Amino acid sequence: MLFGGNGRKDDLVLECIRVVDPTQGIDEVLTVTVEQGVITRLEPTATTASGRIVAPAFVDPHVHLRTPGREDEEDIASGTRAAAAGGYCAILAMPNTDPVIDSAAVLGALVERAEVEAEIPVGFLAAISKRQEGAELTEMIELAERGAAGFSDDGRPVVSAGLLRRALQYHEVAGRPIALHCEEPALSRSGQMHEGIVSAELGFHGYPSVAESVMVGRDLALAAHEGQPIHLLHLSARESVEALHQAQAAGVAATGEVTPHHLCLTDEAVRSLDPNLKMNPPLRSEEDRKALIEGIRDGTIAAIATDHAPHAGYEKDVPFEEAPFGVTGLETAFAVLNTRLVEPGILSLATVLERLSAGPARIYGLEPPRIAVGAPANLVVLDLEATWCVAHDEFRSRSANSWLLGSTLTGKVVQTVADGKIVFAA
Amino acid sequence: MAEVRPLLRDELLPPRRLERRHLISIADLTREDVERLLSLARAFGRSLEREVKKLPTLKGRTVVNLFFESSTRTSSSFELAAKRLSADVMSIKSSGSAVDKGESLKDTAITIGAYDPDVVVIRHPHIGAPHVVARWTKAHIVNAGDGTHQHPTQALLDLYTIDEELGGVSGVHVAIVGDVLHSRVARSNIQALALMGARVTVVGPPALIPRGIEALGCEVSYSIDTIRDADVVYVLRMQRERMLEGANYVPSLREYTARWGVTPGRLRPGQKVMHPGPMNRGVEIDAAVADAADALIERQVRSGLVVRMAVLYDLLTHGPVEVKVAEIEEVA
Repeated sequence: MLFGGNGRKDDLVLECIRVVDPTQGIDEVLTVTVEQGVITRLEPTATTASGRIVAPAFVDPHVHLRTPGREDEEDIASGTRAAAAGGYCAILAMPNTDPVIDSAAVLGALVERAEVEAEIPVGFLAAISKRQEGAELTEMIELAERGAAGFSDDGRPVVSAGLLRRALQYHEVAGRPIALHCEEPALSRSGQMHEGIVSAELGFHGYPSVAESVMVGRDLALAAHEGQPIHLLHLSARESVEALHQAQAAGVAATGEVTPHHLCLTDEAVRSLDPNLKMNPPLRSEEDRKALIEGIRDGTIAAIATDHAPHAGYEKDVPFEEAPFGVTGLETAFAVLNTRLVEPGILSLATVLERLSAGPARIYGLEPPRIAVGAPANLVVLDLEATWCVAHDEFRSRSANSWLLGSTLTGKVVQTVADGKIVFAA
Repeated sequence: MAEVRPLLRDELLPPRRLERRHLISIADLTREDVERLLSLARAFGRSLEREVKKLPTLKGRTVVNLFFESSTRTSSSFELAAKRLSADVMSIKSSGSAVDKGESLKDTAITIGAYDPDVVVIRHPHIGAPHVVARWTKAHIVNAGDGTHQHPTQALLDLYTIDEELGGVSGVHVAIVGDVLHSRVARSNIQALALMGARVTVVGPPALIPRGIEALGCEVSYSIDTIRDADVVYVLRMQRERMLEGANYVPSLREYTARWGVTPGRLRPGQKVMHPGPMNRGVEIDAAVADAADALIERQVRSGLVVRMAVLYDLLTHGPVEVKVAEIEEVA
């Protein structure tokens, strides 16, 4: 299910470092020894004054690698290099490429490229419907056999309730998670930003919260009816979180994810008309942001996903209204969450680390990265005190459409080990 | 765990700020800015009563009008305003230019920037276009209308007209009627009128009044009867070209006109009527209303000239370009 990034298995000793692994209940100073890519020793040591910690490396369940079709914006090598620099040991790529990943042949070609080019292990979701047109199901069993990590028409909703129902029924045998982009197009229409006071002031067609939450409600109802699990992508609205919470309480196997930008920003930011603040779903109100943070805190939302969406500079340097949706996020996710949510005491470090790593891994049935003797080394060393400035020229990603350009962040990825191999060192 | 605290201003705004002085949105202006501009416009108004109307004030300055949308009054009035101030003016329309060949706005801005213009006046169908030109030229930018966002000089000329006609803006009650949702004029006017202490009521069908518009400082009514309470009835153009097909904001234009058209019977004697033009007679405004003595529509056009002179002058005299303020006082 994950491909590439194999090969070398490194040796490594991290002496006297604070080890934080929420899934193992560890938060203590240890010396960590890695031999041949496997954690072999965890030894108690003296305390440390360093701001560095080591944690299970991150898993990003929602990345756009733009390959095939738009390799000028990102390719497997650049995207996985960016992920390594962001502390990730595995990422999952969405299938809304050109061509769409909707057949075993296209998926197979991509897997072969990943085996050669990927810096860290990468998985690929395949489309639910052919060409993501929402009309015909893809050959989900064959795609699963060829290694699809899951299924999604991300970028678009599955408009037809009937088609989604069939996909859920087929999931019984195909067996890989179905991830849904919840948007009712008749309500989002040509909406450019959240419908609210700011859109009224700026004159934009609004993309109301209800455009997401009615689809969340419908998809949860279908999942309940079919008794199948679903994963809800990039949640943005309070009503969606509430609906997910209620469905989970009623026993529906539904999971959710949220992006760093939805946790850190509101529609107020759009007043600048910076195209790097244009994304789908849009930034919403402070009430929505609070509900998303609460969802992360109480576990309703199990994963933080970047929805890393690279765009060429010439495509984004246009009037806001003409700009495509999407922002990059792989290289800034931890730092911005640490700066905006952990440091002010809004979320605990342990919660953020868990939602960046084990949370998303479990959703897709991946082995959660952990710090334990005998486990493969999937580690990230973080300096919680280091500050750095997000600069246009320093991204490993081929694109620089980050909403954080020019911002100073606290918390830096120092080293990343993915599947036993040191893939990044600052 | 700490409570989620409200976002700080520094966290909301991205790092790229516009450094030069521009006129992009009424929201960027203070009451003092507006008062200064209106007083400058009055001075220019007096200068236009003279036989020789041209002033040497902006001699040697270059103003580029960049129009990506059709316009009669705005483009002609900016052009004449620049000429009356002796600036060199160049007007570029999207049709017949490199834009027809698919040139991006950024490249057009860079091309024009190569001439070192002092001011670029831009009209564009999309929100945020003036920001792109501001990023890629060193000129002062004047927004002459960007999509459904803002049209600040229209609001300033409307303030000027009301001020001249009613002897002030503060305390005046203005009803803005029609398609507020798609109207940059409405947004700029609500903000400008509220800033100057006027009372504003927007009136129209629910789907054409954006939710949350009250935050700009206005009241909302869905009944045309409320326009009778106002001193000024400001009629918006029913922008048929912006109505998405099948969007059903109103069932039909016929129903719109029957329910929200401004007709003589819905007005009180002495109420002033304004319209930013171009009018759809018989749709949002009855022909008899448009032609009545209380209609200020032609006055608005006249105001446009002096207000745009004031805007050009103000940007070039308070900004990085050194022009002595005394010059205007002499000519005025």
